[in-house]
Amino acid sequence: MKLKRHGILAGVMLTAALALAACGSDNNTDSPTAGSSSSGASADCATGKLTAQGSTAQTNAVAQWVKDFQAKCSGATVDYQGTGSGAGIQAFGGGTADFAGSDSPMKAADEQPKADARCGTGNKAIHLPMVIGPIAVVTNLSGVTDLQFSASTLAKIYSGKITTWDDAAIKADNPGATLPGTKITAIHRQDSSGTNDNFTKYLSKAAAADWTYDHAKDWKAPGGQGETKSDGVSTAVAKTDGAIAYVEWSFAIANNLHMAKIKNASGEFTALSADSAGKTIASAKVDGTGNDLKMTIDYNTPAAGAYPIVLVTYEIVCEKGNQADKLPLLKSFLGYAAGDGQATLTRLGYAPLPSDVQAKVAASVKALA
Amino acid sequence: MNPPSLPGSTQSAEPPEREQSPWGPERRLPESTPAADAATTRAQEARVPVDLGRRKSLNGEKLFRWLTTGSGAAVLVIIVAIAVFLIAKAIPAIQGDKVNFLTEKTWQVPDRVFGVAALAFGTVYTAVIALIIAVPVALGIALCLSHYAHRTVATTLGFVIDLLAAVPSIVFGLWGREYLIDPVRDLSAWLHKYFGWIPIFGSDGPYGKSILLGSLVLAIMILPIITALSREVFQQTPKMNEEAALALGATKWEMIRTAVLPYGRPGLIAATILGLGRALGETIALAMTLGGTFVISWDVVEVGGNTIAANIANHFGEADDFGRGALIASGLVLFAITLVVNVTARVIIYRRREFRSAL
Repeated sequence: MKLKRHGILAGVMLTAALALAACGSDNNTDSPTAGSSSSGASADCATGKLTAQGSTAQTNAVAQWVKDFQAKCSGATVDYQGTGSGAGIQAFGGGTADFAGSDSPMKAADEQPKADARCGTGNKAIHLPMVIGPIAVVTNLSGVTDLQFSASTLAKIYSGKITTWDDAAIKADNPGATLPGTKITAIHRQDSSGTNDNFTKYLSKAAAADWTYDHAKDWKAPGGQGETKSDGVSTAVAKTDGAIAYVEWSFAIANNLHMAKIKNASGEFTALSADSAGKTIASAKVDGTGNDLKMTIDYNTPAAGAYPIVLVTYEIVCEKGNQADKLPLLKSFLGYAAGDGQATLTRLGYAPLPSDVQAKVAASVKALA
Repeated sequence: MNPPSLPGSTQSAEPPEREQSPWGPERRLPESTPAADAATTRAQEARVPVDLGRRKSLNGEKLFRWLTTGSGAAVLVIIVAIAVFLIAKAIPAIQGDKVNFLTEKTWQVPDRVFGVAALAFGTVYTAVIALIIAVPVALGIALCLSHYAHRTVATTLGFVIDLLAAVPSIVFGLWGREYLIDPVRDLSAWLHKYFGWIPIFGSDGPYGKSILLGSLVLAIMILPIITALSREVFQQTPKMNEEAALALGATKWEMIRTAVLPYGRPGLIAATILGLGRALGETIALAMTLGGTFVISWDVVEVGGNTIAANIANHFGEADDFGRGALIASGLVLFAITLVVNVTARVIIYRRREFRSAL
């Protein structure tokens, strides 16, 4: 009898759950709430709503832009979710995001064609570099705050060849520092991430002899400690004595983590600053065509005073074939980001685009249709 | 639902039906108050009880029977649908895998190199260690509740234990990674220092997010289910057995050892295996407390560990279609593992029929 009663209850709950699930499925596609005429406060303003998602590396920058832009342009709503680059590209391809944030260019094999298809026949999805996110190497070692590393030492730490802080290689990079024999907890991103891709790209280019795991969004080296998302990495470093990790500059600043100096190709140990990161970006070359501004970073740049571990994060949009009712707001928001928005970046732990790249991005945004 | 079963409303709302109504004489009775309705019903029952009974069964009873049968069938449909979904999504991923899905340790979906070996090992290993920690404690709590504690204390304590089951697993996960990690780090260092000769404590660091931490959190999470079931079983020990043991001069502990524990053993085993089932499927708490590596290692104190469910939670957000297929394939393996565990539990329970009621 008891059992029967439970069966009925379960049946009722099941039915209710199914009914609820059916109701909740299509909240993602909001239609624009207001008309999109440019009758806002300024000529650059448009109204309506944009939904975007992607790279967590640029979340803080986009959040600041959204705040400033919405204050400037009443009637405009931009919603950006830091779901990760892969998820953003996927949402863009599936039509649920009006633009996507990504910290690696789309893969030519599968991601690019899907994104192109979303933009309509004959149109393509383009990359607009928007934010330069230097990657900080952060440490938490009691009593030692100023550490410096060469690429080869970092590669050895992350491939498990160096396991204690008083290892000879670390001592060689840090003459004069008193290093304890603490075990190193090497923390990496276990979710698929553009930060992984850029950090391992750096290791594979700058320490080719010691890093045999190539580069990928997924972490390949065995061992270490995996954490999820940039904030997961930051909090884990802050809590763990003997930890080392790589994380976007903004997260390092926000969590007050100790940032290490990194040895560049000209042999200097360089601290991370907007200026030193900008020097690496200035030597990067654009290898997209037309309005597509995909970039390749030279991690072995000979430029003096350059901080070599940087990543460029892109906004991915349709070059042509954008929804007519969203286009004015898209152009107005991205135009703001590439223009006035760049000035707010340094404070947040990003570096602004060098002026020549900035001009190209502004021109590409103008050409969106 | 059907008008004839509600004579009162039929008469007042649909006068044309009066002619077809079998309860003609009642038409003239005053209506509209519950008392009057009840009087009417009583009057009807007195006059035409057989007729009324038949109509009731035609409507309410049958409808309800269909509803319950439908709900029961829905469970089967859902299980089959899940299995079909898992298999259909998993097949393309397993076909696209360049290595053996069951023996590969790493999870590099973009390279088409991925497998569940390390994940499945971690899933079972973490769950088993959690059981080793949880079962003795649960046994102690259950015996305390059933044989030692005063009734009011036992009720309160039982309530608190059940409350533990209601805490969401993400809260356990947060608590584990934010608070428990520090004592566990010290415990790991201590274990290594004094018991480092045992291979499972062999790692000399770094410590922290290890299988030990994950298993401890997991142990706390499965404690309520094991406690509740074993308490139930111990309470069913025949009073005569207990009194016989005491009459033969046994102390309370000897009575428990000779009368209660042997009687409750199958139930205890079943409770353990159900706890194991829960531990195998636990997701977010382990995603937050394990080191997330893809290594097969018996060492419980070193940073590392991963499970199938935690890996799905960590990789789902960034996965493309193929990557989701790969994760679903790993889910299929987990489905198979939990199925085996649950079937084992059922077999043990059904062998001793008297424990059926415990579930």
